[in-house]
Formats: sequence, structure tokens, C-alpha cells
Amino acid sequence: MSAEPLLQVDDLRIDLALGDERFAAVQDVSLSIGRGETFGLVGESGCGKSITALALIGLLRPPLRLAGGTVRLDGREIQSLRPAEMRRLRGKRISMIFQEPMTALNPVSPVGRQIAEMFVLHEGATWQEAERRAVEALASVRVAAPERRAKDYPHQLSGGMRQRVMIAIALACSPDLLLADEPTTALDVTVQAEILDLVRDLCAAKGTAVLMISHDLGLIANACRRVGVMYAGRIVETRAAEEVFRAPSHPYTSGLVASLPLLGARARQGRRRLKEIAGVVPSVAGFPHGCRFHPRCGRASDLCREDDPAPTPLPGDGLVRCHHHG
Amino acid sequence: MRIGANLLIGGTLFAVVVIAGVLAPWLAHTDPVMDANLMNAEEPPGGAFWFGTDAQGRDIYSRVLYGARISLTVGIVSQLINTVIGVCLGLSAGYWGGWWDDFVSGLTNLVLAIPSLIFALALMAILTPGLTSLLIALGLTNWSFTCRLARASALSLKSQGYVQAAKVLGYGDVRIMVTQLLPNMLGPIIVIGTLGMGGAVLAEAALSFLGLGIRPPFPSWGSMLSDARDQITTAPWISIFPGLAIFITVLGLNLLGDGLRDILDPQGRAGKA
Repeated sequence: MSAEPLLQVDDLRIDLALGDERFAAVQDVSLSIGRGETFGLVGESGCGKSITALALIGLLRPPLRLAGGTVRLDGREIQSLRPAEMRRLRGKRISMIFQEPMTALNPVSPVGRQIAEMFVLHEGATWQEAERRAVEALASVRVAAPERRAKDYPHQLSGGMRQRVMIAIALACSPDLLLADEPTTALDVTVQAEILDLVRDLCAAKGTAVLMISHDLGLIANACRRVGVMYAGRIVETRAAEEVFRAPSHPYTSGLVASLPLLGARARQGRRRLKEIAGVVPSVAGFPHGCRFHPRCGRASDLCREDDPAPTPLPGDGLVRCHHHG
Repeated sequence: MRIGANLLIGGTLFAVVVIAGVLAPWLAHTDPVMDANLMNAEEPPGGAFWFGTDAQGRDIYSRVLYGARISLTVGIVSQLINTVIGVCLGLSAGYWGGWWDDFVSGLTNLVLAIPSLIFALALMAILTPGLTSLLIALGLTNWSFTCRLARASALSLKSQGYVQAAKVLGYGDVRIMVTQLLPNMLGPIIVIGTLGMGGAVLAEAALSFLGLGIRPPFPSWGSMLSDARDQITTAPWISIFPGLAIFITVLGLNLLGDGLRDILDPQGRAGKA
């Protein structure tokens, strides 16, 4: 069992129902995350990152539906578990933090109590013990004066503090996997770095694997060991994080890397225009035939317009979906 | 926090009625039922009888005090029953949706279509008159507003981030409803409940007036009014004081409800935060 990855997703497909028609919003998504590993999923808005995360914990709601594929946690298929069993996994073995720390906390409940609820819910702790452990959890996310803060309501805390509380809640029961959906997007840049450090340190200490979702390739490359680049409902490239930056293989990844501001380089070479990727992400209802990136791709050929590229292995445990990769 | 005039006046009036009811045995001059004395019949207000006496010579002041106990019991208990029914149905309907929502909404519309007093009258006609029947009748006929409110609140709250977060963190449906939805809709529910209490006091008076509520000789404001009908021109104090008591109680509850709305309304609270 030790060789088995913690999370193994194969050929995940998520359908979007619009009227009588069905569209595959996410298709052929496969990824694996080892114990304690940090995996980044990066892509533009609407490419299917967030719904992939929701599918993993069985919380897709109509019009979205899990239409195929398997999700294995420790080798056990969880995509077809009964709701009650799935609920026991959530929060205890797979947990999640969100983009909006402003709204993810219950406004009428003190934050300490919201953390404590996790111990009561998943570990059967008494309220007294749970409240005590909640204060410890607050201290572990580096909140000053945790005893006092535990009695505070969410509106009394800043955005960064709320995200810390959210992290404390999500990691309360030492889950095996943390889904972090744009965890720092709504925060100040300086707070972002603190929160990322916090997630990295805590998860390392608890042995929690992280699936980090973001549109920010720079952030993902910093925080994660491996990166999956998503485009139009598919993972187009999976690589080690440093490889992605050094030698992006898929033209879309190259575009993403080229569109990042390079502060050091700019200082040396003078001002340089940022490169953008021409065009917009196609809508779910109108994914192009053949390779989904071809209308925006500089390397596109007739082959790309006709034939959907299969995943090709790259050296060093990577995969790319492109006829003209390299 | 600035306490509004509504809250202050309403709270004071309601407090006076509560104190009158609770302390009735000590404040009253005579036993409200037993101390009938035809020698003192229809004495006007003054000296020994502050509010005068009724046709049987009973002290109206004492009867009004004891009447507060019945009115408050009916008002509070029946409204509690209404609130529990309304919140349970509305909250679960709004959260779960589907056929259960259709069923509850249908039932709510059905109950709303029947005038609640007529419904209560019909129930009282089946049940034997008395306090328990009154509580049941009024407790089963006025939950529809609370139910609609709870349903609407649940519908809007269930898409909130913290409700989604609770789902992700493994909360069950009931736990989400109790810990995430209910506390966030409590303000308006309390307001509706307080206003409904005033309605219940009025309904009790109406039913007792019609002879389907509290049976004489026990002092209910409604039945006292009913008894006083014949003497309304000759001895108006017999009807004025129980009428005034009903007026003060209902006014107090309505002002209290308005005042609570001012401080519990989510918009009001957002303004202060």
C-alpha cells in the first residue's frame, strides 16, 4: 500500500447540463498526489479547476454532474460512496479552504466555537475539550492571544486572520488532503506570503497533502512540487514545478510563463511588454474540435485542427497534450 | 447602542403586564373567582375597588390582574408552538427544496387561505373549552408567517459561503440547519414571534368573548368583556378596564416587536458594524 498515491484521479469527467444538452466541462482529468505532497492546479478562470476540487469531495450540484472516472483515496474508490460515508470523509480526511475568507465563516458564531465544532463533529470530543483544542489550533495558525481571539466573531477579524481561522478549521482533524481553492486571491500580497508559508508549514507538520488551485502560476510554482496546467476542462501539462518555469512544454504553459512579469530581468533589460495569450478561453458549450487550444496557439497546424492530442510522456514523470510540444 | 423609543415603551408596557401577572396573588385585593358579593355589585371605581366591581360584585382590579396570567400564558405558549412549527417546516423546506418544499409551501398557502380565527374557532368547537385547548388551537393556526419567513431566509442563506464551507467540512444537514442557518435567521423570527404574541392575545380575547375560550368564572379579559356587554352603558368600567388591559398588552408587544426589528434587522446591524 505504501507505493499507492494518496489520491489517484483517473479520467474524471464532469458534465454540465444546459437544457437538454450535456457538455463535458471537465474531461479526461487524471492526476495523482502522494502523501504529504503539494500539487498545484493552475489555469484561467472557467477552465474547470474549482469544479474538479468539488468533484473530489462529492459536492457537485446540478447542473454539474460527475459523469465518469474514478477518484481513489488510499486505493479506495470514493466517487460512488453513499452520502453519509462521504460526509464522514469530508473535513476529517479531505478538507478545504476557500478564496473568500470573508464569507466562509458563520457570522453569528465565535471563531473558537467554529473550530471546536470540528472536534465535536469528527472526533466526538466534549465541548469543553474541543474549546481547549480550538485555542491550541488558533495558536498553531500563529494567531496572537488565541484565548481572546477564540471569543471573537468573524467580523472582528481582518481578512488574513479569517483565512488563518479557516485554515485552523480545515486542518483541525489533521486531514490527509487539503484542497486549497485560490486560498490567497482575496488577500493582500504581504498576507498572501504569510498564509502560503503557514499552509506549507502546517501541512508538512501534519503530513497533509495539498491540492492548491490558483490562476497564479508564479504562486503555484513557488508553493508546489508538481504542477498541472488546466485548459478548457483538461490538464494539458503535468510537470515538476521548476521544470514548468525552466522549459514549459505545452504552448499554453509557455504563454502563461511568458505572461508573468519578470522583475529582475526587467531591471536588467529595460522595460519589456508583457506577452499575453491572444483570444479568450472557449466556453464549455463551444470547445473547438481537435486540440482545444489550437485557435489561440502559434504552433497550430492542420493536425491540431483535426486531431485531439493524446497525453505524451515527458522525461521525469511529466505528461503533455500537444502534437508540437517541446 | 441606541435603544429606540419603540423598544423602551413596548418593553416597559410588556414588563408591566408580566409583573402584574406574576405578582397577581400579592397585588390583588380579593380572590378573582370566589369573592363575589352581590351587595357590592356594579360599584364604580373608587376607594376600596380601584377599578369598580362587576355584576356579581367581584373586584375588577383583581380580575384584570389574574387575567394577565391567562393572556400571557396563551400569548407566549401558543406563539412558541407556532414558532417551533413554522421554523421546523420553513427551514427544512427552504434548505432541502424538492417535493418537501412543494408540500410545505402548499400547506402554508392552505393555512394562509383560511382565516386563522375561524380555523381556531373550528378547532375549539371540536376540543373541549379550556386553557389547553386554547393553546393547541392558537398554536396550530398561526405558524404560516413564521414558516414563510424561515423558508425565505433558508433559501437565501443556503448559498452563503459558510453554509457551503460547512458542507465541505462534513456537517450533516441537520447540523447545518441548526448551527449555520437558524442563528442567522433568528432576528426576524423573534420579531415575527413578538408581533404574533400580540395577535395571540387578541385571538384569545376574541375566542373567550365568543365563549369558546376560557370558561367563566375564571378571569380572562375576553370573557370579562363578554360578560360586560349588557352593562356597557350603565356600568362602563366593567368593560373599560379589561379592554384597556388588552390594549396595553397588544400595544406593548407590537412596539416591542418593532423595536426589536430595529436592532435585530440585518441591515440595521450591518449599519452599526
